[in-house]
Amino acid sequence: MKLDSKIPEGPIAEKWDNHRFSSKLVNPANKRKFNIIVVGSGLAGGAAAATLGELGYNVDCFCYQDTPRRAHSIAAQGGINAAKNYQNDGDSIHRLFYDTVKGGDFRSREANVHRLAQISVNIIDQCVAQGVPFAREYGGLLANRSFGGAQVSRTFYARGQTGQQLLLGAYSSLSRQIAAGQVKMHTRHEMLDLIVVDGHAKGIITRNLANGEHRAWTADAVLLCTGGYGNAYYLSTNAVGCNVTAAFRAYRQGAGFANPCYTQIHPTCIPVSGDHQSKLTLMSESLRNDGRVWVPLDRENCDKDPNDIEEELRDYYLERKYPSFGNLAPRDISSRSAKEACDDGRGVGQGGRGVYLDFGDAISRLGESTIRERYGNLFQMYERITGENAYKRPMRIYPAIHYTMGGLWVDYNLMTTVPGCFALGEANFSDHGANRLGASALMQGLSDGYFVIPYTIGDYLASTGAGVLSPDSPEVKESLDKVKGRIDQLTSIKGKRSARSYHKKLGQIMWEYAGMARNEKGLNKAIGEIQDLRDDFNKELMVPGSGDRLNVELERAGRVKDFLDFGELLCRDALERKESCGGHFREEFQTAEGEATRDDENFAHAAVWEYQGREKIPKRHKEELYFDNVKLAVRSYK
Amino acid sequence: MNLTLKVWRQSGPKDSGQFETHLIEEVSEDSSFLEMMDQLNEQLLENGIEPIAFDHDCREGICGMCSLTINGFAHGPEDSTTTCQLHMRKFNDGDIITIEPFRARAFPVVRDLVVDRSSFDKIIQAGGFISARTGSAPDGNAIPIPKEDADKAMDAAACIGCGACVASCKNASAMLFTSAKAGHLNLLPQGQAEKDARVLNMVKTMDESGFGNCRNYGECSAACPKDISLDYIAKLNRDHAKAKIKNLFS
Repeated sequence: MKLDSKIPEGPIAEKWDNHRFSSKLVNPANKRKFNIIVVGSGLAGGAAAATLGELGYNVDCFCYQDTPRRAHSIAAQGGINAAKNYQNDGDSIHRLFYDTVKGGDFRSREANVHRLAQISVNIIDQCVAQGVPFAREYGGLLANRSFGGAQVSRTFYARGQTGQQLLLGAYSSLSRQIAAGQVKMHTRHEMLDLIVVDGHAKGIITRNLANGEHRAWTADAVLLCTGGYGNAYYLSTNAVGCNVTAAFRAYRQGAGFANPCYTQIHPTCIPVSGDHQSKLTLMSESLRNDGRVWVPLDRENCDKDPNDIEEELRDYYLERKYPSFGNLAPRDISSRSAKEACDDGRGVGQGGRGVYLDFGDAISRLGESTIRERYGNLFQMYERITGENAYKRPMRIYPAIHYTMGGLWVDYNLMTTVPGCFALGEANFSDHGANRLGASALMQGLSDGYFVIPYTIGDYLASTGAGVLSPDSPEVKESLDKVKGRIDQLTSIKGKRSARSYHKKLGQIMWEYAGMARNEKGLNKAIGEIQDLRDDFNKELMVPGSGDRLNVELERAGRVKDFLDFGELLCRDALERKESCGGHFREEFQTAEGEATRDDENFAHAAVWEYQGREKIPKRHKEELYFDNVKLAVRSYK
Repeated sequence: MNLTLKVWRQSGPKDSGQFETHLIEEVSEDSSFLEMMDQLNEQLLENGIEPIAFDHDCREGICGMCSLTINGFAHGPEDSTTTCQLHMRKFNDGDIITIEPFRARAFPVVRDLVVDRSSFDKIIQAGGFISARTGSAPDGNAIPIPKEDADKAMDAAACIGCGACVASCKNASAMLFTSAKAGHLNLLPQGQAEKDARVLNMVKTMDESGFGNCRNYGECSAACPKDISLDYIAKLNRDHAKAKIKNLFS
């Protein structure tokens, strides 16, 4: 596998300009000769499909939901960063670039991050023009809020529904292109394989979820905008349908998968309430501005009513351990501290996996009405889910899997190691390194979709020329047969266990050994357990009904099967990365005080995994990362 | 808690469908309604029965995919709540719960509790957008927008496109949905250029898609999980009348 990042020449601030000039263009009249497939309709996919359609390409866009407006980008709450410097507080493109590289714990590619910071300003303009109702000041200008990991106020937002509004903006542009006939939308379709001919991506195989029909679609290029793989842990803040299948199928067809072990764990989620739990709900991080995190000092007090536990019997562990940042310590650090407290037997609530987030002090200082004004909707959401009133009793929170920084390896053009197959948004690996800063996911999805791919895809198409594979070609037939064979295999096992039961078990293994803290012994154990689970899955799975109509169990089984394979890959990556960085914490690599120890000498690279065939261990490649513009430094929050 | 569920089963769009009764035991009051449905499906699977199909995705009340009519109410009896945010502690041990799909002529059943809401997409495609070519936008602060207008636009833009408004209306009218999108865009300066065409085309498509007429019953707004106000329907009616009159004289 050759990893050529294709980073353009020149100083960092000029690379993107230089690249746009040196990229080949497709003549407007020729664009209609090219067919492009876009898989996924979230911020990255929706923006890409709309923009490419507008440019004159023929686009086919696919999503598994019943309409493109439901992609999980919709659930992002906080906001979107942009280096507009509207607040005149010293922000700049270089500062956003710097914050993102540092926040990513020096494991991202500088050139990509700088481009992202440059494009961030165009995104806001574009979204405003589409009618996204961003928050405004009384004078009518755009409002900003501040967010973790930055000292400037650069986050644009639409109440607590920024992701929804940005997605609906992309969806409206996409709808316009659908009406114009430039984009054909295929809802309730799931991509089940990538068609590769002579090393180039030439199409996909889908299953129509509504009627079970399998079909091949051929094109000049395939864009995978299929999100992250957080659901490998079963319980995460992802939508229940989010899955790794499309990206994993591309990996099986030769696309390198980079840094799967980089997973982000969000510290403030509502804890698991029982075995029935199907997903976890995030509570905005902003709550930590006024809430104080604590657990009882003594184990025997864990079951007591928290209001009856006296002040001196409480351990405000974040304030104790990180006096200068206190309750606002970064995501990875506060997550790990919560785990430590619970591992010590001092967790609260169901199963002892929870810590208190207490607003008592803030309420007595500011009054209940101020707290209600600031966080009323969150308290209401908490009440709905837990049945508890957080004005009267501290909230219980616990960390949960939230975002995945790893993904398909892409070069500067967002192309994977399979020419013609591109990956955008959370599905690729490039911009966030080992840890993503808040309000940066939306920025990256839209940057890739609106402003990067329209240029870089032209360069690829102009060099290869139009030439869509015939639907009757043997390669297409072979892929189709392969997919049908896999479906038949799932329905013919006829065992006794449901796909969900395997998914749950996989999630437990992943969370236990590849969650917030990892070590060699645990990861090896996880790999063994996952392999056993997979063997059992292949013998004992039950999928009732047939594949020729809507069959939710069949859909689930296919996704779980890929998660079982992918989970092992994630653990292998975590095992080989013998350092702690960002979201990846290896217990063997920490300071005496329990802080992460990065190893820049040996691990300042992206690990890229190449599939070697069933039963073989995948091959690990490296893309060395260079830091010419931001100096490598240790993150400290003491 | 133990419950009796009367659930709609329909094997496909052409099947006439019927209710099936299932008993479910030991439901945790902390589980969400959809988690209770998951539990029921696992129970059916144990007996080798195909699970009940229903739509769901984010399970945090924002994607708009879940769509159950529970005891006759779209998204169930709790106000301002989607099905996925409804929790079992709102029910009592021994309850009999009736579960149906969102019913409307414009939302044909695909299977069991899954309906086809693509007619909503068609309404948006007819005019629920501002034509802003990528890359052609002026600076975001070039047009100041009074906070009050931006807030009103945001209130309308909060619509999640679930279709509870249609399912609750005895005429199966889509006026609340259509007016929310038209209202959001028509309230903003960026949306003025296409305002007339927008309302005419969206309403025309809505009518052609098989939705009924609005009679101002207000059930739609009462059932709306995002509390979209009836005011937007009034605004759409005004904008539509103005556009028609302008057309007449142009």
